[in-house]
Amino acid sequence: MKLNIAVCIKSVPDPEWYEKITIDIKTKTITRKGIPSIINPVDKNALEAALQLKEQFGGKVTVVCMAPPGATNELYEAMAMGADEAALLSDLAFAGADTLATSYTLAQGLNKLGKFDLVLTGTESADGATAQVPAQLAEWLKIPHLWNVKEFTFATEQELHAKVKMDDAVGEYVIQLPALLAVSREINKPRYTTAMGVMKARKKTLTILNKNDIDVNKSLIGQVGSPTWSGDISIPSLARKGQELIGTPEEIATQLIAKLRAAGINPAKRREGDGK
Amino acid sequence: MFTFTEEQEMLRKVIREFVEAEVAPKAQEWDEANHCPVELFPMLGEMGIVGTFVPEEYGGAGLGFVERSICLEELARHSAGLAITVMAHQLCMGGILNFGSEEQKKKYLPDLATGKKIGSLSLTEATGGSNFMGQKSTGEYKDWQWVINGRKCFITNSHLADVDLWTVITGQNEKGKPIMTAFIIDKDTPGHTAGRTEHKLGLCSSNTGDVSCVNVKLSPQQMLSQEGDGPKIALSTIQEVGRAGMSAICLGILRGCLEESVKFSNERIIYGKPLNKLMNIQFTIAENKLDYESAKLLTYRAASMKDKGLLCACEFALAKYAGNEGAIRAAKRTIDMMGGYGVINEYPIGRFLRDTLAGSTAGGTSDILKVVIAAETLKR
Repeated sequence: MKLNIAVCIKSVPDPEWYEKITIDIKTKTITRKGIPSIINPVDKNALEAALQLKEQFGGKVTVVCMAPPGATNELYEAMAMGADEAALLSDLAFAGADTLATSYTLAQGLNKLGKFDLVLTGTESADGATAQVPAQLAEWLKIPHLWNVKEFTFATEQELHAKVKMDDAVGEYVIQLPALLAVSREINKPRYTTAMGVMKARKKTLTILNKNDIDVNKSLIGQVGSPTWSGDISIPSLARKGQELIGTPEEIATQLIAKLRAAGINPAKRREGDGK
Repeated sequence: MFTFTEEQEMLRKVIREFVEAEVAPKAQEWDEANHCPVELFPMLGEMGIVGTFVPEEYGGAGLGFVERSICLEELARHSAGLAITVMAHQLCMGGILNFGSEEQKKKYLPDLATGKKIGSLSLTEATGGSNFMGQKSTGEYKDWQWVINGRKCFITNSHLADVDLWTVITGQNEKGKPIMTAFIIDKDTPGHTAGRTEHKLGLCSSNTGDVSCVNVKLSPQQMLSQEGDGPKIALSTIQEVGRAGMSAICLGILRGCLEESVKFSNERIIYGKPLNKLMNIQFTIAENKLDYESAKLLTYRAASMKDKGLLCACEFALAKYAGNEGAIRAAKRTIDMMGGYGVINEYPIGRFLRDTLAGSTAGGTSDILKVVIAAETLKR
């Protein structure tokens, strides 16, 4: 049984640089200039799951990403980790896509690249964190999906037995292939990329596909195809408002309690046995 | 102008991720416990870090000295002790790779390059390291085998090594000068024993000590290259593998100083403002940056020359000198900037100073390096 597996990854700003990220009020987008990008952390878990399956059953792992051209670095890194080939869906027309337009573009890219037995993603991205793309992508592909998968095994050659993490429980499902699984961080520990892997990566195939290559309906891609629009964005002021209270300590305490109550904060009532 | 390739940039990124996850959180603990983390060696081997420059056919990553320097710099950024352990291991591999027979390469390199075994180079004696022709250890050919006797000191990986390269005096030439020869000694060879362990000023997460040979009997197949090739092996290995490695290690310590100084000056609030708003603190940052960038250019330029097969002994001497002296200056400046925090072991800057001071002798002290640099400069 050889598996043809696709792993969708996202290029996100390095979380260690989050404090340097600003929001452009006019374009309502985050300013990523000078902020290094990385593979979305949980997407590495999806890739690790795919690599383990390939090692166990054989087959091929293809990594797919919709992003500007700079994301080739993340795709080469995924191939350095062990993926066989990669495809970057990149076109100015894809810019400004919300989750629906993104998932549509990814689906069209996957349809162009071949028939996959399994599509793996992370549960959510570290930047947007909507967690919407996996389910939307599965719907576009017309395949079943599970989200927040912490463990899965093959029940038969065409069926997976998966455990899904819920708030206070674990759900157990059987899902038919082809299917999409959005995996959680706890499913595995992604392997480290080796020096040998880095050097081999550049010799692997990275295909860049634009809007004409993947047969898209232009009304469903990019900002045009995005029903979600950002509302007003404002940056809250974190400045503190100081106020001086004057009087004896008792008077100041009385004023302070009154102000706290006025602000909706009730100082704890004295309990019996607390002393004076 | 030297620039890194995209592969080299990615290599740095992935090695940094590994080091930040597996080395950085434990580096201080290893230092305090005088623990050399040999348990990481198989993983370092799998990552291609220990066998960077060993060809793939012998189990290595098949890369060059620029890549090796990247790996050592990243390791030394958080643990110079671990980095010098890897560097000393590579001295053994470098000797076998450059001077060993095909049979010796096939026998030893695969396990060394993948971190399954650990190597060392036993050259230095009580008479000194740089004066290696003055060594007293001997090799005598008797009954179809070589009998080795002697004591080596200040040997990195002395108590850990499975494969130990030894240099000994095997006779005198017609001018009465010593003939030095190198041998490969396996760990369990009778008479080959590790002696005292040194307690060092720095690099405490590396192992350093004595190694003795008492009537160690070796077959002629254990000789590395030919009789009398010892000086060539020693010089080449020390200068182009050892000094090259120490340049990268000093560079890693220097980057540690720079990054710690930036972090502290950003976070520490004084007079209601971050410390970095003070001009004298900005001078410290600028000087640390200059020391790091200068040493970086020298180190990677020398490494790229080595990869191109050019003579680079002087260039590595310049790089190690700049890196080691720069790291001493940067660590001292950063401690001064940090005040009381600088001498608290919760911060790594004190360890960086101890490590760079302890690393000054490996690959040649600054005075020896100046002699090398001057000799090359005066020759031109």
